[in-house]
Amino acid sequence: MNPVDKRRRDFLGQAAVAAGAMIAPGVFLYDYAKAAAPATPPAGPPATSGPVSAKVRWGMLIDTTKCASGCRECVDACNRENGLPGTTRPTDSQWIRKVDLKDLRSGATLSAPVMCQHCAEPPCVDVCPTGASFKRADGIVLVDRHTCIGCRYCMMACPYKARSFVHEPTTGQKTEVPRGKGCVEACTLCVQRVDRGGRPACAESCEAAGHGAILFGDLNDPQSEISKRIRSVATTQLRADLRTDNGVRYQGL
Amino acid sequence: MATSSASQARLAWSLLAAGGAVVAVALGAAHYMEVHGHVVTGMNNQVVWGLPHVFAIFLIVAASGALNVASIGSVFGEKAYKPFAPLSVLLTVALLAGGLMVLVLDLGRPERLVVAATHYNFRSIFAWNMILYNGLFALCAVYLWTLAERRFAAAAKPAGLAAFAWRIILTTGTGSIFGFLVARQAYASGVIAPLFIALSLAWGLAVFQLAQAGFARLSGSAMDAALQARVRRLLGIFLVAALYFVVVHHLTNLYWARQAALERFLLVDGAPYPAVFWLGYVVAGTVVPVALVFHPKLAGPRATNAAAALAVLGALAFLYVFIIGGQAFPLEIFPGYEASSSFGDGRVDRYSPSLPELLLGLGGLAAAFVIALAGARALPILPRDEGPVAPAPKPAA
Repeated sequence: MNPVDKRRRDFLGQAAVAAGAMIAPGVFLYDYAKAAAPATPPAGPPATSGPVSAKVRWGMLIDTTKCASGCRECVDACNRENGLPGTTRPTDSQWIRKVDLKDLRSGATLSAPVMCQHCAEPPCVDVCPTGASFKRADGIVLVDRHTCIGCRYCMMACPYKARSFVHEPTTGQKTEVPRGKGCVEACTLCVQRVDRGGRPACAESCEAAGHGAILFGDLNDPQSEISKRIRSVATTQLRADLRTDNGVRYQGL
Repeated sequence: MATSSASQARLAWSLLAAGGAVVAVALGAAHYMEVHGHVVTGMNNQVVWGLPHVFAIFLIVAASGALNVASIGSVFGEKAYKPFAPLSVLLTVALLAGGLMVLVLDLGRPERLVVAATHYNFRSIFAWNMILYNGLFALCAVYLWTLAERRFAAAAKPAGLAAFAWRIILTTGTGSIFGFLVARQAYASGVIAPLFIALSLAWGLAVFQLAQAGFARLSGSAMDAALQARVRRLLGIFLVAALYFVVVHHLTNLYWARQAALERFLLVDGAPYPAVFWLGYVVAGTVVPVALVFHPKLAGPRATNAAAALAVLGALAFLYVFIIGGQAFPLEIFPGYEASSSFGDGRVDRYSPSLPELLLGLGGLAAAFVIALAGARALPILPRDEGPVAPAPKPAA
């Protein structure tokens, strides 16, 4: 045999043995895990509503003239409702945040909560490679925690910095709000409440605190309070130049 | 001759072991990141892509460019390059695999890779890239086969053409991962796709030069001086072409009033990014290597290797500023307002990479090295095997 060929054969043979030794334990573990897994998933709470309909489009109107600077009612309510720790390191999840703004020309100051804007044309949904980021028929933008691979491309694409990446193991999760290390998450518009006919925790707490700066409702229903307000006062969408058609609108900005 | 062959084999095994050790450390770092979460990295909710992405994008972009030499031989019919075509294709496979290893191990849920392979969102340029990466592997395998098997020699040209077209599309896709980010001031631009193609030509050729010089030491088959001079000039031309696109990108941003603050941050006062850009990419990564390859008194393999090594360092410097600097500057969500919040609105992020991130990135380079070395030992890659000199005589046994 040609010495070069012999060298190659020896090398390939040794490489094959090494590869086999590395892969075999994994194959064994995979079979073991499959055998050990329960046959049926544990029963969850019963469905509370029928299929979601495109007849409604959920949205919010935020009146910055009523939003009090320094007030964190909406943020705290969101953290309580969704089982978020409420810490504010750069690696912590913040589904809603209070942004303090100062007009560069007039010097006027104002404050406003910012969360997922639930765009009609969400860039996060466009860029997600696996389709884990998705928009429900009723306009709520969500992340499927089973198909999110944690690539964070949606966070690169979001114009509003609305998404958070779970940087460490989670504790204190709520049954209805699954969270998990290594996945991206954001405001769900409190979908667990909305599907039962309720409204997001932030809107409720803002009203309870006497501000009433966050109005939640159906943008498709011309008789809803939110639709009437949008018809009667000037409102804006953040980064309207991007034409993402946000479900969250701002008044007084 | 037998002793020299044995010592070469020993050296190759030692290098493989060293490369394998770095890969093993990188796997350990990735495991550490997976167990503790990305909180052990410097990445956060503002700088969501960090040092691993600098290495991964470098490897993926260089992978596409490493095909240069094969393309010049097969597609453009330059015979002198043909003996080096298999090495060029092998480097593409090795670099791409190293880059994808880093990209996958940095995922929040790397164990869900099968999800990425079974759930495609065809509106996502990222999903398209996954198809393009896998397609390049397949095309390179076919191309390599046509180069190694004389019976298929006629198929080498169409296979080379397909691989050439594919990698131009692939690098357009890699650039567009950033170019399509419409909301990001640092990225949204059509010029990023051609910029990435120009960068890939330069970085890929730089890696090829270093690899061919290294393998020449290992196998004793050096590239002849005339061809070496052509590769050297080509490297210089590609580096200048890449710089041209970088300049156009920055000039475009400077022309728009709303981008002025970002450009000031990246180029003047946003430490450490201006220093990394000017000293790392412009001076060390472009001006010096271009001078090294074009200066008549410096012509020689040493100067060429130094230029190639500097081009690789410049590549990492460029990507550090492009990827991390581009995210560190705050998004402009409220034009006309000064913003502040608990989530970093209106504030520059102070990203500092952690050791696990660095180890993972270096592991990608090491994986590419191991694959290239193992491939060159196991397959008829190097010019000595395929060279124009004469077929190896059959030993009498």
